[in-house]
Amino acid sequence: MASKGIKDQVAIVGMGCTQFGERFDKGADDLMVDASNEAFADVGHGVDKNTIDAYWLGTAMSGNSGMTLARPLQVEGKPVTHVENFCATGSEALRGAAYAVASGAYDIAMAVGVEKVKDSGYQGAVGAGKVPTDGTDRTLTAAAMYSMIVPAYSKKYGVAESELRDVLSHIAAKNHYNGARNPRAQFRKEVSTETICGAPKMAGSLGVFDCAGVADGAAAAIVVRADDAHKYTDKPLYVKALSLVAGTGAGLSDPEYDYTTFPEVAATADDAYRQAGVTDPRHELAMAEVHDCFTPTEMVLMEDLGFAERGTAWKEVLAGTFDLGGELPVNPDGGLKSFGHPIGASGLRMMFEAWLQLRGEAPPERALGNDRRLALTHNLGGYPGEMVSFVAIVGTEKG
Amino acid sequence: MRGIVSAAGYIPRARLDRSAITGFVGSGGGRGTRSVASYDEDTTTMGVEAARIALRSAPADVRPDALWFSTVAPSYLDKTNATTVHAALRLDHDVPAFDMVGAVRSAVGALLTALKSTGTTLVVASDLRTGLPGSGDEANGGDAAAAVIVGEGDPGSKSDSVIAELIGTASATEEFVERWRTPGEARSKQWEERFGETKYLPLGDQAWREALKAAGIEAGDVDSLIVSGLHARAVRSLKARLGVAKEAQADDLTATIGNSGAAQPMVLLTRALETTEPGKVIALVVLADGADVLLFRTTDAVSSWQSARTVDTQVAAGKDVPYGKFLSWRGTLTVEPPRRPEPQRVSSSAAGRHEDWKFGFVGGRSPDNGEPQLPPLPNSTGEVPMADVEGTIATFTVDRIAYSPSPPIVFAVVDFDGGGRLPIELTDATVDELSMGDRVEMTFRRLFTSDGIHNYFWKARPVLRSSNG
Repeated sequence: MASKGIKDQVAIVGMGCTQFGERFDKGADDLMVDASNEAFADVGHGVDKNTIDAYWLGTAMSGNSGMTLARPLQVEGKPVTHVENFCATGSEALRGAAYAVASGAYDIAMAVGVEKVKDSGYQGAVGAGKVPTDGTDRTLTAAAMYSMIVPAYSKKYGVAESELRDVLSHIAAKNHYNGARNPRAQFRKEVSTETICGAPKMAGSLGVFDCAGVADGAAAAIVVRADDAHKYTDKPLYVKALSLVAGTGAGLSDPEYDYTTFPEVAATADDAYRQAGVTDPRHELAMAEVHDCFTPTEMVLMEDLGFAERGTAWKEVLAGTFDLGGELPVNPDGGLKSFGHPIGASGLRMMFEAWLQLRGEAPPERALGNDRRLALTHNLGGYPGEMVSFVAIVGTEKG
Repeated sequence: MRGIVSAAGYIPRARLDRSAITGFVGSGGGRGTRSVASYDEDTTTMGVEAARIALRSAPADVRPDALWFSTVAPSYLDKTNATTVHAALRLDHDVPAFDMVGAVRSAVGALLTALKSTGTTLVVASDLRTGLPGSGDEANGGDAAAAVIVGEGDPGSKSDSVIAELIGTASATEEFVERWRTPGEARSKQWEERFGETKYLPLGDQAWREALKAAGIEAGDVDSLIVSGLHARAVRSLKARLGVAKEAQADDLTATIGNSGAAQPMVLLTRALETTEPGKVIALVVLADGADVLLFRTTDAVSSWQSARTVDTQVAAGKDVPYGKFLSWRGTLTVEPPRRPEPQRVSSSAAGRHEDWKFGFVGGRSPDNGEPQLPPLPNSTGEVPMADVEGTIATFTVDRIAYSPSPPIVFAVVDFDGGGRLPIELTDATVDELSMGDRVEMTFRRLFTSDGIHNYFWKARPVLRSSNG
C-alpha cells in the first residue's frame, strides 16, 4: 500500500466516553452531547463547541447528515461531516478529523461516534441501511459468518474443536475479567469458562458468550496539530498511523479463501506498522484494542495483526499472552465483549482506553504490566471474506 | 407424428407420515406417507424443478417454442407465474409463457391442447394440496409437479425424438358440483361421495369408448392404464371396469406420495414412460369435471430416452417431516419467529436488472483469471450458467438467530465444479447430516414473501442420487 501516513503531525488532546449499555434513558442526541461535553472538559483551556473548527460524526444507523450532530450540540455555522464505514465507523470519524488537521485546513477538530442500537426493539443489532435489492443477497447473521472460522481453523492447524472451545472461552473470560474492572462497560461481571461453554448456541458452535453484546454509547476525541498539542495538555497522544482497507468481497468467491484469516486486516496492520515504524508489534505495543465481535474473530486477529505466528494464536491465548499483565494485553478495557457494540462509537471507545492507559489514568486494577509507549486500536466491519478494516497506532512521544 | 419428446416429475423431498396426523388431531390420517412441499417451495418452484429435469432428459437441440403452466395453487394472480418458470429455465424472450390456472382439469387440458397444437410446447403442471387438519384432502393429497415436452415427430431432424405419439383421444364434459373451492379458501369441499361416482363413471365410459375407437384399438391392447382424479372412489371403480387387465393398471403412488391433483396425471404418465418399452400403449384417463382420455403408443426412441432423474428415484428419497412443521409450512400453525425484522420486499426494478442471476443463476467470468464470478460483477465478461453445475461444501454453519420462515438457516460455502464459489443457503438438509466435502446441487426456491412479492432465488441441496448410482 502506498500510504504516506501522518505520523506525529496530529495529536489527540482530549476524549470523552459515555457509559455503554442498554441506555433506554438516553437517545443518540443525549449520548453525543454527553461524550462531546466530557471531551471539552477533558481538554479544558476554555475549549468548547465553538472552539472546534470542524466536526466528523460517525454513525451507521442513528442518523444521516452532519445535522445529526449539529442540531443536538447546537454548533452553528461549522462543517460537520457524517461518515459511515460499517463497524469501523467511529474510527473513520477520527481518521477524517485527523487528516483534516494534518492537511492544515483546520487547527482543531473533533470526532464523535455514536450509536443508538437499543431503540429497534430487537435483541441483536439490525441492519444499518435498507437499500432496495434484488433479493439475492445473503441474510445470514454475522454470528453465523464468523462461526465458520472455528471448523476451518481446526482443520487447517489440526487443533481439535474441543481445544478451540477452551481457547474461545479463555478469550471471553479474559475480556469479561477486564470489563468487570471498568465502570463504563455494559457488562461488569466476571464470567466463568463453565458458564461460557454452557451458554445456548446462537450460530455454529458459538454460544451467547462468544458474541459481543448490543449496547448504546458514544465517544469523542479532539485532535489538534501536533505542534499545538502542549498548549492543551501535558500528555497528548500523537497519531502514529491510520490505515483503512475496504475489501472487494473477493474472499466470498475465492476458492482459495479458507476462513482462517482476514486479508484486509493483515493489509491494514502492515500499512500501519510501516507508517508508525513498528517492526515488532508484540513487544513494542503497550496494549491493543481489537474488534472482538466474536471470540474466534479475536483469535484470528492475533495472527493477522502480527501478535502471534500463523497457527499459534490459540496456544498464545491459552498461555495468557494477551491477558492483563501478559506479554501484550489485548482489550484491557473489556472489549466489545464487555462494552457491547454501538457501531459508530466502538472505534473511539477503543481509543479512549489507549488514552487512559498511555496517560496513566486507567485504574490500577486494569494495569497493563508494562511501560511501553504505543497503543493499537483495530476495527473491522463486514464478514470474513468481505470486510472493512481499520488500524490506528498512537503514542505518547514524538519520533 | 406429434407426441411426447421428454417428460419429468418432481417430487419434493419431505414426507408426512399420515399416522402423525392421527396422533395429533385424534382422527383422520391413515397409513403411508404423502409428499410435502418444503416451506421454500411453491407450485412455481416445483414446476421449475420438473421442467429442468424434462429439459435435461430431452435431446440437446430441443428448445420449447411455448411454455404453458397449469396449477390449482398459483403463487400470483393477475401476474403470470409461467414467466418465473420461463426466466429460471432461461428460455428465449420470443417464447411465450402462459398460465392455465384454477381447476384441476386445466392441467390435462394444457397437455391435450399442446398435443393438438404445433411447435415444441413445454407443458408444466404443479400442485400443492392442502386441507384442514384431519381432513381426507390433507392426508391423501400430495405436492408435486410434472413437465412434458410435446413436439413434432416429422418432418425434420426431430423425427426420432418423439418417445410416445398420441394415437387417440376423447373427452366428455358435464356441469356438476362435486368438489369446489371459492377463491381464497384454503380447503376444498365435497358433495357426498356417491354422487360424484354416479357422474364420473358414465363420463369415463363414454370418453374411453370413443378414444379407443379413434385410436383403432381394443381395451385389451392397453399395456399401461393410468386413471387419475381426486375422486378416489370413482377412480377405483372406473379402473376396474375399463377392460384392462389388473397387471396393466399402473400404481398411482398414493401410498407414498399421495394424490398430487393437477400434477398427478403427468407425474404418472412420466413414470409410465420411464419404465416402458417401444410399441407399448399407455392410456391416461383423467376424471375432473368430466373425463379426458389420452392414448399414447411408445416409439423406438423411447428405448434410448433416459430420464435424468426418475420419479421412482425421487419417491424413494423421501425424508420425514414432523406434523407440526408441516402445519407451520402451510401456514395452518403460526409458530414464534426469530425476533428479527422481517425482510424488506424485493425491488422489482433491481430484480429485473439481474434477471439472469436471480432467476437463471447465471454468473459472470472474471476478466483477470477467467474464473466464474458469483454473482457477476460490472466488469464480468461472458455468461456462466451455473444452475446445473454441482458443487462441494467447503464449510458450513447453522444460524439460529437469522430470520427464516423455517429456522434455523443452514448455510454453506460451496465450491462449484469447474470453478466458482458462493456462500449460500442450504435446503432439504439439517445440519447434523452434513459434512465438509458433501456434494450439493442447485435448486430454485422461494426465499420469503414480503408485501406479497415472492423472492425467488436459488439454494443448494444435497445431491439426490438414484439407488443404482
